[in-house]
Amino acid sequence: MIQVENLTKYYGVTLGVKGLNFQVDTGEVLGFLGPNGAGKTTTMKMLTCYLPPTEGTAKVCGFDILEQSMEVRKRIGYLPERNPLYVDMTVEGYLDFVAHVKGVRPAARRGEIDREVERCGLGAVRHRTIGKLSKGFQQRVGIAQAILNDPEILILDEPTLGLDPKQIIEIRQLIRDLGRDKTVILSSHILPEVSQVCNRVIIINRGELVAVDTPDNLRSRLTTSTVLTVALRDEAGVAARANALAANISGVLHVKEGPSSPGVRTLVIESAPDRDVREEIARTLVGEKLPLLELYREELSLEDIFLQLVTEEVN
Amino acid sequence: MRKLGAIYRKELEYYFQSITAYVMIGVFLLLSGYFFYSIFRYYNYLSYQAGREPSLAASLNLIEGIMRPLMGNVSVVLLFTLPLLTMRLLAEEKKQGTFELLLTYPVSDIEAILGKYFAALTVFAVMLGGTILYPVMLAIYANPEPGPLVTSYIGLFLMGMSFIAMGVFFSSITSSQIVAGAATFVVSLFFLIIGWVAPFVGPTLSKVITQFSLLEHYDTFAKGIVDLGDITFYLFLTVFFLFMTLRSLESTHWRS
Repeated sequence: MIQVENLTKYYGVTLGVKGLNFQVDTGEVLGFLGPNGAGKTTTMKMLTCYLPPTEGTAKVCGFDILEQSMEVRKRIGYLPERNPLYVDMTVEGYLDFVAHVKGVRPAARRGEIDREVERCGLGAVRHRTIGKLSKGFQQRVGIAQAILNDPEILILDEPTLGLDPKQIIEIRQLIRDLGRDKTVILSSHILPEVSQVCNRVIIINRGELVAVDTPDNLRSRLTTSTVLTVALRDEAGVAARANALAANISGVLHVKEGPSSPGVRTLVIESAPDRDVREEIARTLVGEKLPLLELYREELSLEDIFLQLVTEEVN
Repeated sequence: MRKLGAIYRKELEYYFQSITAYVMIGVFLLLSGYFFYSIFRYYNYLSYQAGREPSLAASLNLIEGIMRPLMGNVSVVLLFTLPLLTMRLLAEEKKQGTFELLLTYPVSDIEAILGKYFAALTVFAVMLGGTILYPVMLAIYANPEPGPLVTSYIGLFLMGMSFIAMGVFFSSITSSQIVAGAATFVVSLFFLIIGWVAPFVGPTLSKVITQFSLLEHYDTFAKGIVDLGDITFYLFLTVFFLFMTLRSLESTHWRS
């Protein structure tokens, strides 16, 4: 669907992105992840034919972004970063304008606008002025203009920026629904969002590609040990006894005491990633009548992965 | 063509749904109405004088005495009002970021520019149309020659076309409306008064300067003469600035 080959952009001498290579398949929801200024928006602007690359190119649905920009533009729906809208227009008037410039056939225009109004939940505000709508509704209008005329590819630049938590959940749900029959690229620096919505993640930092993989694969690739946390009710000597017991279980690499809170002591147990020692630890501790309150495995979050990758890069 | 139409309609709706167009048209008609009134009163006074002094009567002429000075004044009013009309066309969209989105739609740059240009031109046509009231009033009480009237309107319209093209161009090179408006004003004023220095700069340069003077070209129209050279001059200015606008958009694509 999208093939990016050696895509490079310099703004004068300042690097935008350098030598990006990746591809996006039909029906994928791809997350674009990176700190601010990493080159996410630059890449998106090039894919939407707004900026020409300094070097390299990309093909969207088989069309070159430089040579066949009109064909590419017909197939892409784009929501820019700050969601620019004509604030003086009504929702209806704006979508009608977009339908015209996107070249929707006159006979299909009415139905197309109705469909997107329905899909984005804009029915109640249809005849209101865009500038007077809440941020959440404005974001929906932005998405509605992007998906109007049913483009095969959606490019959404930080689609949940500046929304409140409830609106974020709604917009994510909308994106997930859209992802069922469209190819979606979305950028974000909100990491849980990416792991919730995307099948695949691209991490870029300082204009260069750091990693491309599914969130799960990234997680397992970077996991060098499994970390368990055990919480015990605070009794005399409980931590030391548990520590000794856990350290003797085979597969356990390292045990240390974790942060304690009033009445609770914790142990942090590291084990080899291919060994699941949870059951044995639980059985041993309970068998010795130690007051076990909790036992859980800590998942490496996307935040950790991200930080790890981005810091590795710097080092 | 349909896309150009959509952009044209959007801009026109903006002008007429906000108060912009009404304020512009109102201010323009108020000022030109004032000029008409004062010129008319002066002509009136001359006519009374002529009643007592028949030698003066021969030199009195409605076109020369009223319409020509009036249209000259109107062109100056246009100089102030048209930059206000054109300054937001592209600058505002660039500032808001909507222009970026517009350029990622399957619309060519030229469609976007012409849509906006024609919208401003339409508002200008309405403004100018309002002034037809003055010659109509003259025609009720007297007998002005229709020929020079028609040609001076053609001349003013052509002049407006080139002012608006300049305005669109300056609006395309900045995201500040004020800068766009001020630059349009200064450059169109320059083109309007460049002829003032013509008598003092020697014959060759004087000829060149006169060729670039908007007023010089307008004067022929006001006299009732339609000269192909004058029409070409205004059309050339218009096309030149619209072409420059296209180039400037391309360079935004490439540079930013």
